[in-house]
Amino acid sequence: MASGTVTMTKDTILKVEHLSMKFGGLMAINDFSFEARRGEITALIGPNGAGKTTVFNCITGFYKPTMGMITLARKNGKELLLERLRDFEINKVGGVARTFQNIRLFSGLTVLENLLVAQHNVLMKASGYTILGLLGLPTYRKAVDASIEKAKYWLDKADLTDRADDPAGDLPYGAQRRLEIARAMCTGPELLCLDEPAAGLNPRESAALNTLLHSIRDEGVSILLIEHDMSVVMEISDHVVVLEYGQKISDGTPDHVKNDPKVIAAYLGVEDDEVDEVIAVELEGGHH
Amino acid sequence: MEYFIQQLINGLTLGSIYGLVAIGYTMVYGIIGMINFAHGDIFMLGGFAALIIFLIITSFFAGIPIALLLIIMMVVGMLVTGLWNWTIERIAYRPLRGSFRLAPLITAIGMSITLSNFIQVTQGPRNKPIPPLVTDVFHLGGLTISLKQILIVVITAILLFAFWYIVNKTPLGRAQRATEQDRKMAALLGVDVDRTISITFIMGAALAAVAGSMYLMYYGVASFNDGFIPGVKAFTAAVLGGIGSLPGAVLGGLLIGLIESLWSAYFSIAYKDVATFAILAFVLIFKPTGILGRPEVEKV
Amino acid sequence: MATASAAGNQAVMGKALREGIFAGVVAFLMFLLFVGIETYQDINNALVWRTRWGLLAIFVIVAAVGRFVTVAFIKPHIDQRKLNKAKDGLLDVSEKKGFLRRHFLKFALVLLLVYPFLSLLIVGKQGSLKYVDNFGIQILIYVMLAWGLNIVVGLAGLLDLGYVAFYAVGAYSYALLSSHFGFSFWILLPLSGIFAALWGIMLGFPVLRLRGDYLAIVTLAFGEIIRLVLINWTDVTKGTFGIAGIPKATFFGIWSFDTGAPNNFVKAWGLSASSVYYKIFLFYIILALCMLTAYVTIRLRRMPIGRAWEALREDEIACRSLGIDTVTTKLTAFATGAMFGGFAGAFFASRQGFVSPESFVFLESAVILAIVVLGGMGSLTGIAIAAAVMVGGTEILREMSFLKVVFGPDFTPELYRMLLFGLAMVIVMLFKPRGFVGTREPTAFLKERRSVSGSFTKEGHG
Repeated sequence: MASGTVTMTKDTILKVEHLSMKFGGLMAINDFSFEARRGEITALIGPNGAGKTTVFNCITGFYKPTMGMITLARKNGKELLLERLRDFEINKVGGVARTFQNIRLFSGLTVLENLLVAQHNVLMKASGYTILGLLGLPTYRKAVDASIEKAKYWLDKADLTDRADDPAGDLPYGAQRRLEIARAMCTGPELLCLDEPAAGLNPRESAALNTLLHSIRDEGVSILLIEHDMSVVMEISDHVVVLEYGQKISDGTPDHVKNDPKVIAAYLGVEDDEVDEVIAVELEGGHH
Repeated sequence: MEYFIQQLINGLTLGSIYGLVAIGYTMVYGIIGMINFAHGDIFMLGGFAALIIFLIITSFFAGIPIALLLIIMMVVGMLVTGLWNWTIERIAYRPLRGSFRLAPLITAIGMSITLSNFIQVTQGPRNKPIPPLVTDVFHLGGLTISLKQILIVVITAILLFAFWYIVNKTPLGRAQRATEQDRKMAALLGVDVDRTISITFIMGAALAAVAGSMYLMYYGVASFNDGFIPGVKAFTAAVLGGIGSLPGAVLGGLLIGLIESLWSAYFSIAYKDVATFAILAFVLIFKPTGILGRPEVEKV
Repeated sequence: MATASAAGNQAVMGKALREGIFAGVVAFLMFLLFVGIETYQDINNALVWRTRWGLLAIFVIVAAVGRFVTVAFIKPHIDQRKLNKAKDGLLDVSEKKGFLRRHFLKFALVLLLVYPFLSLLIVGKQGSLKYVDNFGIQILIYVMLAWGLNIVVGLAGLLDLGYVAFYAVGAYSYALLSSHFGFSFWILLPLSGIFAALWGIMLGFPVLRLRGDYLAIVTLAFGEIIRLVLINWTDVTKGTFGIAGIPKATFFGIWSFDTGAPNNFVKAWGLSASSVYYKIFLFYIILALCMLTAYVTIRLRRMPIGRAWEALREDEIACRSLGIDTVTTKLTAFATGAMFGGFAGAFFASRQGFVSPESFVFLESAVILAIVVLGGMGSLTGIAIAAAVMVGGTEILREMSFLKVVFGPDFTPELYRMLLFGLAMVIVMLFKPRGFVGTREPTAFLKERRSVSGSFTKEGHG
């Protein structure tokens, strides 16, 4: 088990140490530590109620952890303690973007507007905090053009260009998932946290998602994702961390984790000798 | 010390009335998540119903026992006001259930304006005084306790117990709590949601009517714009006690009543309403769940 | 087929009859005490009562017949229309708008610009006082207030029930500073807006982390506190007596509208004395203020801050995840809205020449909010229409003296103003819960600008 006291190596982007989260009397996360490496796709898996989303909410600033340290290393060498930042600063200062399990789009805004809102901080600065922008200065105009270009780039990547002027709430489910990821990417993050991105997708949408995620990784953005769908996890992740009852039970490559008896027992809740069979079926593309 | 206790008694009396009105707010908010702005005016309507009944009965049966008169005033007031609130819910709120969230709020504000102006138009804008109903006064040392104060506190206690029993121990109450938790699921499990909500409105109106009658008995006057300030205070009481909680509503009402009478007695009468509103703001800012409310966790 | 439909018809009629009778009985029980009985004070000031059976009968009949007609004719008609539409498989695809509708805004603006002169031409000096002041200025004040509140409620989705507080701050800033220090209208107008904005920030800071209805109630509480302080702080505000003798606005310091002044506008232009010129001047000031509000709102919507407001209305949590500081964003919305309220307040004070706490009761906040929601949150056009209909409608009622002929000389139509206003609020919400204009215009587009249907936009949780 990776201990939290190891110093940060150069290729670590996120280090979670001794994270604990208590809701009333319930210990949702108990002394949980792991690392995510830069440029990799790290998956956080575990059975329902294991505390994955709670970990996510701690990292992305929606919960304040009861105990523990969450360190983020930025490309410029700065190290940030995420639990000390205010919720919106995690994205603004820390460069961490996230999506939500139950998609949270600005459904009454158009797809394009969703992507422009994501560039809020850049545009605010360029508009001189609105005042200079009201005067219509050329620097602001340039920033606006750049923001539209950036939005177009991600529209293209997410295969949403045709729907750019439609309200986000009007998109089909799979497109909404991709839009949420594109929107997160428009904030220019170094670490992208995805909460069950494949949930509810059909195989075709799922494949499109995988392509999108790979292209994001190829741009040098690290990804941390929570996933239920084993086929997605095994196919795209470089590194898997397994959580059960708020504690880490396994950590390593997909192959390593897949064969870890602890994982098998916890995740599938069946006798060990039946497990290989079940995994084989899972890998053939069946859901759950 | 006696002065203090005297103020305490006055505060409890006033607080009981607020508490009864607050129950109506809390029940409606609990079950459909709507601030029923017109509830204060329902209270006012209850007071007017009692007033008119009083006039009619005393003009036919001059020597009627006061107790019987009071009971008739309250019961008729409850029935009429309950019918009003049922109708209002049926035609103005129900069609908007599940629609745009601001729509019911605006409708409720519109209803509030309509009700107070309806009474202004039909009964006139002037204050309506009635002769004192209950005049007995007890002296305990230097304290003065009037029978009407005792009546108000006792009636409130009885009604609180009765309603607490209904909500917690009867099938109707179970339906109400289920509807409050999850309207769709309750409907799927065979709860008649529409009927349950209607009954909740009727119950709230009935309590407001009793409060209205007691307000009339206590102050001896009714006015078409009596709905707003007591209504806001009662809502404050509901929030202070923890919205959704029946005992909380009454507790909040008592606290508001106490604060109001103590503030008037020791600081300044002029600023007594400022005190109430300031408390409302403070509670909401620092403890939005109120005293007996359930904590709410932000879902991400 | 025919017999089936006849049987169906009969069933509908039976149902309508039953429901009509039921409605009549309910109305009878509801109105028996309040309409059937009238309470009044006799010569000895004692409260007595008399009956009004005739009026009660009218109420009952209206309820019964109304319900019968609704169930028997109106509802089947609506159902039939819906059915036909579904059969045709066509939802109304918005056909090309007519010339008038496309250029509606231009026409409206031109009409507003010539309105005072038009009324001068048609009804003369004395007659146009009423049309310029009671209709023109009165409606435009509400348009401006509602547009100001629209920034808070319609764009940012923060439910503010105490907006009138900022109106009061603006009005009292103007009243106090002009009567104590003699500052002119043109200095105090921006100053009042700034004061109101500061108050917006001060009040907004503690309350903006509250959600939904709680925010509404706290803003209501603050609004009432400010009014009560205005009533009770008599040393400064003169309490319920109010502040009178507030100086008039000047024509940018060049001409005065005070009759005694040497540079009096009327004298300078050699016109015959009438207060209508001042009213016309005020009309253009408030029109300009409205245009400013609209311009700023339209510009801000296309700026990052305006987009952040709308995003906040749609989903606050998503905003935070995108690095948007929701607290400052809310505060700017609150302050901007408050500022326009302050402008309107300063204007109001100079127009009336008198301010008192009476003008800043909760009902005003409710009316302004109602106009925003009735117009369609976020839509400037819709809101302006709502203001014209609701405020203008109640003003027209004042004018309906001919009703006295119908209902007798005791009939005072003003009495029914607020009653009808309240009923109108309920009825409009029932038929158009999203207001007159329910669609939203996007602020940016790649290929074409398409309105967003109201069913997608959220109303905020604040």
